[in-house]
Amino acid sequence: MMGMLLVGVYVFVLSIFVGFEVINKVPSTLHTPLMSGANAISGITIVGALQAATTGDATVSNLLGAFAIALAMVNVVGGFLVTDRMLRMFGRRE
Amino acid sequence: MSPVQTAVAIAYLASACMFIFGLKQMSRIRTARQGNVLAALAMAIAVVATLVELGKVDYRWMLLGGLVGTVVGAVAALRVAMTAMPEMVALLNGAGGAASALVGLAFFYTHVVEPGRVGTVAAIVGTASTLTLVLSLWIGAVTASGSLIAYAKLSGRMRGAPVLLPGRHALNVVLIAAVLGLGVIFGWVAPGLGTGVGLIWILFGLSLLLGVSLVLPIGGADMPVVVSLLNSYSGVAASMTGFVIGNNLLIIAGAMVGAAGLILTQIMCKAMNRSLANVVLGGFGGGDEGATQEAGAYQNVRSAGPEEMAMVLEAARKVVVVPGYGLAVAQAQHAVRELADLLEQRGIEVAYAIHPVAGRMPGHMNVLLAEADVPYEHLWELERANSEMKTTDVVIVLGANDVVNPAAQSTPNSPIYGMPIIEAHQAKSVFVVKRSLGAGYAGIKNELFEHPNTNMVFGDAKKVLQDLIAELKSL
Repeated sequence: MMGMLLVGVYVFVLSIFVGFEVINKVPSTLHTPLMSGANAISGITIVGALQAATTGDATVSNLLGAFAIALAMVNVVGGFLVTDRMLRMFGRRE
Repeated sequence: MSPVQTAVAIAYLASACMFIFGLKQMSRIRTARQGNVLAALAMAIAVVATLVELGKVDYRWMLLGGLVGTVVGAVAALRVAMTAMPEMVALLNGAGGAASALVGLAFFYTHVVEPGRVGTVAAIVGTASTLTLVLSLWIGAVTASGSLIAYAKLSGRMRGAPVLLPGRHALNVVLIAAVLGLGVIFGWVAPGLGTGVGLIWILFGLSLLLGVSLVLPIGGADMPVVVSLLNSYSGVAASMTGFVIGNNLLIIAGAMVGAAGLILTQIMCKAMNRSLANVVLGGFGGGDEGATQEAGAYQNVRSAGPEEMAMVLEAARKVVVVPGYGLAVAQAQHAVRELADLLEQRGIEVAYAIHPVAGRMPGHMNVLLAEADVPYEHLWELERANSEMKTTDVVIVLGANDVVNPAAQSTPNSPIYGMPIIEAHQAKSVFVVKRSLGAGYAGIKNELFEHPNTNMVFGDAKKVLQDLIAELKSL
């Protein structure tokens, strides 16, 4: 079990480096959209939320799962849409 | 691995790659919109892959949650005003954090409580999942409640000034120690059933409390740092959730968001010449304009009206606007654009000097000016703006204060000494549009207001601009 944790830690640490490299030197005009877009990506937790609500019963886990799905979807849908709205403004003169 | 499992794993990998490319494109103006679409697509792939992996299950709860979330998210995103973007991002951060925390709680219920398994949580789900379960719960809950406080401060539902509880540092230390201690007991000592159920909710509650007590002492104008940091946390929380459910896609996507948030946090701290610790420990400044009185008296302040300002502008060749939070409060972005159009028609060059921490979130001013159709090429970052200041005829400071205070360069004992500023005082003539002589966020006197080239124009930014536009039209 510790092995899996270690692999996860490897992936985590390397991804942070990738993140730093990829987003480095972002122009300040894009600070807000980058933030809201990145935020939408953190809604990836939806994958975990979906796994929590897989039966039809009114169990605690299903309630928590449904609530988590709702919040994650607010994050995903709201985040990507609002980011697109902003980026559309930046590009509309061309 | 069955063929379906293999396909799902490859779909997750594709999704992760698309997130990386999407983020890369999002950091360049030309490709940003495309990058956002790519990331959204990656999310869709991830969701479909998860559904395939789950096989045929009961979809009722999923549909309910998904539908509610989609509607709320879409309505909010389409209706929010650009001036309210910092609040919106704070709420989105909070939603992401809360979702991760709830997934942690749900995981505990599906794997320990509902199957009715006996033993400690670590013995049932393994050390790795237990450790990260506690972490995702903790970070997710701190993000959620911290974001709500940030939202309250940004939206004016709560005063922007730091709320300094006596012994707040001790309180935070106690809360952190309690969360750590209870986390260990929850995972490795107490039985998962019964005691564990109580403990996990106490953990959740204490973590929420910690989020509140961490953000309360941080003042309104430090919100660009707080929002960036919470953005980072929401990513890390998602990453921890990935550890819990054993999914690398979540670990990768979450870690990248964590890195993005950290980069922005760093940029903001540097722009204020303050360390992250200094911001996070809080208590700096008074929050909103006029909240502190120790600004000291001003002498030799010249004030001017829109008529005089119009005449000086008329004779100028190069005009630079320095916008600040006051521009957002007065919703004056369209009026600024109208003024710039008028000046440009007369052959006057107009640009905007944007300080990185102007406004309440990173890039706040850029979004507002983009809404008013100001071309982004006219927005100058700090360095460019300062290199052009000496040849600038008129600077108009609109609702900005500390970011143009020359004390940052000339007064070594000033609290803002060393902070990079826009050197408005270098210009031939400066007009500061402001409601009063009240101090800015740092609560100190602004030497620019007494500068021989400076004229104060008292009033609401939008009102002053409208008067000015009328004057210019009649000239």
